[in-house]
Amino acid sequence: MAKYALQRFLEAIPLLFLVTIVTYFIMNLTPGGPLAVYLHNPHVTQSQIAVLAKQLGLDQPWYVRYFKWLWSLLHGNWGYSYFSGQPVIQLIGQRLPNTLILMGSAFLVSLSLGIPLGIYSATHQYSLFDYMFSFGSFFAWAMPSFFFGLLLQMIFAVKLGWLPVAGMYSAFYPPSFLELIRHLILPTMVLGLGSLAGWSRFMRSGLLEVVRQDYIRTAKAKGLKERRVILKHALKNALLPIVTIIGMDLPAFFGGAVITEEIFAWPGMGRLFLTSLNDRDYPIQMAALLISAALLILGNLLADLAYGFLDPRIQYN
Amino acid sequence: MATANVPPLEDELATDPMGDVQTSGLRRFWRRFSRHKLALIGLGILVFLLLVAIFAPLLTPYSPTTPNLTQVLLPPSAAHPLGTDELGRDVLARLMYGGRISFLVGFLSMVIATSIGVVYGATAGYLGGIWDRIMMRFVDLVMSFPAIFLLLIVLNLTGSNASVGLMILYLGLFGWTGLSRIVRSQVLSLKTNEYVEAARAQGASTRRILFKHVLPGAMAPVWVSAAFGVAGAMLAEASLDFLGFGLQPQIPSWGNMLDSAESYIVTHPLLILAPGIVITIAVVAINFVGDALRDALDPRSTAGMQRIG
Repeated sequence: MAKYALQRFLEAIPLLFLVTIVTYFIMNLTPGGPLAVYLHNPHVTQSQIAVLAKQLGLDQPWYVRYFKWLWSLLHGNWGYSYFSGQPVIQLIGQRLPNTLILMGSAFLVSLSLGIPLGIYSATHQYSLFDYMFSFGSFFAWAMPSFFFGLLLQMIFAVKLGWLPVAGMYSAFYPPSFLELIRHLILPTMVLGLGSLAGWSRFMRSGLLEVVRQDYIRTAKAKGLKERRVILKHALKNALLPIVTIIGMDLPAFFGGAVITEEIFAWPGMGRLFLTSLNDRDYPIQMAALLISAALLILGNLLADLAYGFLDPRIQYN
Repeated sequence: MATANVPPLEDELATDPMGDVQTSGLRRFWRRFSRHKLALIGLGILVFLLLVAIFAPLLTPYSPTTPNLTQVLLPPSAAHPLGTDELGRDVLARLMYGGRISFLVGFLSMVIATSIGVVYGATAGYLGGIWDRIMMRFVDLVMSFPAIFLLLIVLNLTGSNASVGLMILYLGLFGWTGLSRIVRSQVLSLKTNEYVEAARAQGASTRRILFKHVLPGAMAPVWVSAAFGVAGAMLAEASLDFLGFGLQPQIPSWGNMLDSAESYIVTHPLLILAPGIVITIAVVAINFVGDALRDALDPRSTAGMQRIG
């Protein structure tokens, strides 16, 4: 297991390296480059631009610039926002934790509700609950998350006034944990709904598949209680494919976070990214692309390790 | 994703009155497919929505794009069954014409993504060895980026809002990676079959072996993935519209309708409900069909609709 973990970890490093190359390449596609702001300024002459380009090292070949960029990246210098002049790493540092709070909360809710729901539905197959659950989860999975978000805003924030419409803390009350939770409820529901629907349905079908196997019949024949057979014997095998599915759904989690933050004005990295697109603030776009990819690689790595942990048959070769 | 509630199929022969081994593949497919009542309903809904979109000019006298500033934000009436929007355009007419955009984008970007995915995956699987490893590492690399970040960046690079053609191209170019992995593994296992060996012994060209002998056997998951692909692309397009980086605002798409309705959430909720419900129903209908397709063609697979957010 330790060897498997190490192997998977070492595999992720070249991938991360390639990710930095792609990010650098994409951002070099930007029209005009970093000096684009000066190109149409009548007070800046062509020769001044050339001097500036030389000062900034823009006249060097791309691979030299790439390695210099990578070097300073590794030393914590992520450049400065074109728009506010603040260090990019500082801006990311402010926003990333908020995104992780939102994603973590949605992840926990989806998992802790989705798995029991799937188990209950599977053990009560063809019951009224099972039918309603299956039908409902189809809609939950198919509904655009921004539509669901607007609906929740309309009902719980505007009509009923139970929960705040947007933001992370209130303007009227001092920031507290309780305030955070109140603001977190609706965004969590929006971000978590799709995965809740997907994972619980997967749990249901996975469990139904496992309980048809011989070792479950044996366990039942030994006279074990139904509850024990399901929770102790069947569940562990049924959980395996869920881990794979969670890994596959991670990109949608990132996309969902961008959309959710936009609806609820959540001060996270997704909104920072959307603003940077509008401002053509390339250093921030670059950082957001890089960090989301790095987190996705890390997430997939963790999913693989969880799989290896749950399934001792996995051997790395 | 998981299957709908359909009882397991009895033994294939037992349900066939003749026990007929000659039952054609198509008939067997239809029998497995049509057990899913929801899929038939879904198919019916899709046909209805498509017909309405195609014949929109005959069904409504209103233009989906021309503003009419004397008739702004009207409540539902006999003349405007769903009212009018903030520029006085008939909401029902925009929904009908919007179906054209959504289905066009969903279908064509699926065609692009599927073509790339099949050719790429099959090539990697068939060549094997170092080429396979290089090609699949590239897939890993593309899949390391959350799709929405890449889509937003390229959409933003090529101007603030996209034409329908550009949107189709982008969604196609970023949507093939998952399928290429599936096709590759199918081809890897199929190419060791003896009939492939026989074709090679007869001197058939690589391309002929791949497209005539190997690929036909690998197509089941492709059809399933294509069905879900349409739904995923429709949702993705609507999400990008909503974020303000999608189609040009004057294009009457369901996503654009929702985007511009956001400001009227309190006063005119119908402007949000109408397009939102229609998108959801269309995507659910395709998912019902996709589920039944998977059950009929590729029951062991876990394929499902992929969402970008």
